[in-house]
Amino acid sequence: MSDPILRFENVNKWFGNFHALRDINLSVQRGERLVICGPSGSGKSTLIRCINRLEEHQEGQLTVAGVTLNDNLRDIDQVRRQVGMVFQQFNLFPHLTVLENLTLSPIFVGKLSVDDANKKAMQQLERVRIADQAHKYPLQLSGGQQQRVAIARALCLSPQIMLFDEPTSALDPEMIQEVLEVMTELAQQGITMLCVTHEMGFARAVADRVVFMDQGQIVEEAAPAEFFENPRHSRTQAFLAKIIGH
Amino acid sequence: MTTPHLTHRSISAKPAPVAKTPFLTRCQTHLWPTKGQAAITALLVAGLLWWLPTVLSWGLWHAVWHADADSCQALRGVGACWGVVSEKYRLILLGRYPFDAQWRPVVATLALVSVVVVSCLPFFWRRSLVLLWVAVWLLFFGLMGGGTWWGIPTGLRWVPSDQWGGLPLTLMLATLAITLAFPLGVVLALGRQSTLPALRSVCVGYIELVRGVPLISVLFMASFMFPLLLPSGTSPDVLLRVLVGITLFSAAYTAEIVRGGLQAVSLGQVEAAATLGLSYWQTQRLVVLPQALTHVVPGLMNNFIAIFKDTSLVTIVSLYELSGALGLAISGDPNWRPFKIEGYLFITLIYFVFCFAMSRYSLWVERQLAHR
Repeated sequence: MSDPILRFENVNKWFGNFHALRDINLSVQRGERLVICGPSGSGKSTLIRCINRLEEHQEGQLTVAGVTLNDNLRDIDQVRRQVGMVFQQFNLFPHLTVLENLTLSPIFVGKLSVDDANKKAMQQLERVRIADQAHKYPLQLSGGQQQRVAIARALCLSPQIMLFDEPTSALDPEMIQEVLEVMTELAQQGITMLCVTHEMGFARAVADRVVFMDQGQIVEEAAPAEFFENPRHSRTQAFLAKIIGH
Repeated sequence: MTTPHLTHRSISAKPAPVAKTPFLTRCQTHLWPTKGQAAITALLVAGLLWWLPTVLSWGLWHAVWHADADSCQALRGVGACWGVVSEKYRLILLGRYPFDAQWRPVVATLALVSVVVVSCLPFFWRRSLVLLWVAVWLLFFGLMGGGTWWGIPTGLRWVPSDQWGGLPLTLMLATLAITLAFPLGVVLALGRQSTLPALRSVCVGYIELVRGVPLISVLFMASFMFPLLLPSGTSPDVLLRVLVGITLFSAAYTAEIVRGGLQAVSLGQVEAAATLGLSYWQTQRLVVLPQALTHVVPGLMNNFIAIFKDTSLVTIVSLYELSGALGLAISGDPNWRPFKIEGYLFITLIYFVFCFAMSRYSLWVERQLAHR
């Protein structure tokens, strides 16, 4: 097997006295699709937010796309250029149009010309099937449309890794599907994905591996079939009973 | 199988209804919908009817319009003496500026007001506007001061800055103080939010210190104390010192207004910008500030209006801006001294025109931003 694109080695993180991540060890191969699930407060979001340094880990070693994350600002910038992120609350820039949201980073960070950035942005908008809304402002769109724009914005950086932090949790039920479809297509195109979600159908259909976290620890990780049919740990069983049982 | 009765058929839109209420009905709903409100309306109308004739009689019908101190004196207390304005307007508007060269401050002021108006129109928001501003300031100071600047002769007689006065001085101080205090205030506000403890303490300390001191004492320090701290003969022009004083003072207030706006921008915006690889300054300039400043347009304009009027305080350090020039024009002249009220009403009108224009502009900006 080739070198993993992402490797956690004994990573620990505290928020004050709260031990948010405990001895995390995790390797992700290039092109692998991970779904991370677990009860709220279990450290799922913190885990993926460490990858692009929205949170700092305090112990252990975290290597992303060949770069070991430390305090060096240049390394952080380099990592962030390789990693796209989609948030629960979309976090689109409300004062910019959809197209401007997408071209902001390519123009100011990637130093593309406005024409090239627009062209690239339109391609990504077509990929998420929302090109006709390019000149609207984010708040004029539905939640599902906004989240698809957010995915397109992250893709404009041509990242090697995509992080999804509960991308469908803030959406009305009828909009969840359109976002999951876009994510499924993305998964089929071979990009490395880490997705924190409660959408177990998506996990079953798309994930190569499901990681279950509780109280800051990785409790269990397995292929989806194994994970859902035959959970080994009692905490996993309890969680699955709650989330699927209803 | 077809179900024709379920086929969707679009209905063309009707024009929007237009309210056609008769005048009296409208009056009723707005002026006397209930007995209590009818009473309030009646009271206000009565007050207006009682007060208005007095004002009109004093201000218009019995007023003296020509510059004749004797007829003013004869009608004192009965009619206004607008003659004081026609007699003294050049002194009020231009202060002690040499009489034969007064076309210079007039042209300078017109140029400054024009560039301010132009800058308010989004059509002109482009890079060349900065060059226009530089050109206008050079023109302004060249005209006002004359003499030789950096070895370039203007061909005009040198007029030292202590002879500048009136409206040009007011507008110059206000415009420069606002344009300089704004960026400084933004930087202070960002500094106060910084994660670097030393920088944050400096900004907090500065803001709290300046806000704890009245502007008058800042002006006194700039005017009288600051020169004492420098070797004699090296002190910069008093106008410059006072301008720096007002700017530094206003920046602290601007900073607190901007900080209010910064707090209204969610952390998620900063995180999104970070994941897109934007640097700190790019994040602030492209993502945070456009949103933060939109939130605080009314507060900012309120502050700018206050700065505009605060320039009247420079009188106490012997700079005769509009209100100071009025005192200069009237207090020294026993014939006209009794009619200071009319003079004050005149400059009140001038202040009001500028402040009202700023206020309306602010509302327009708010509406433009709300359209998005």
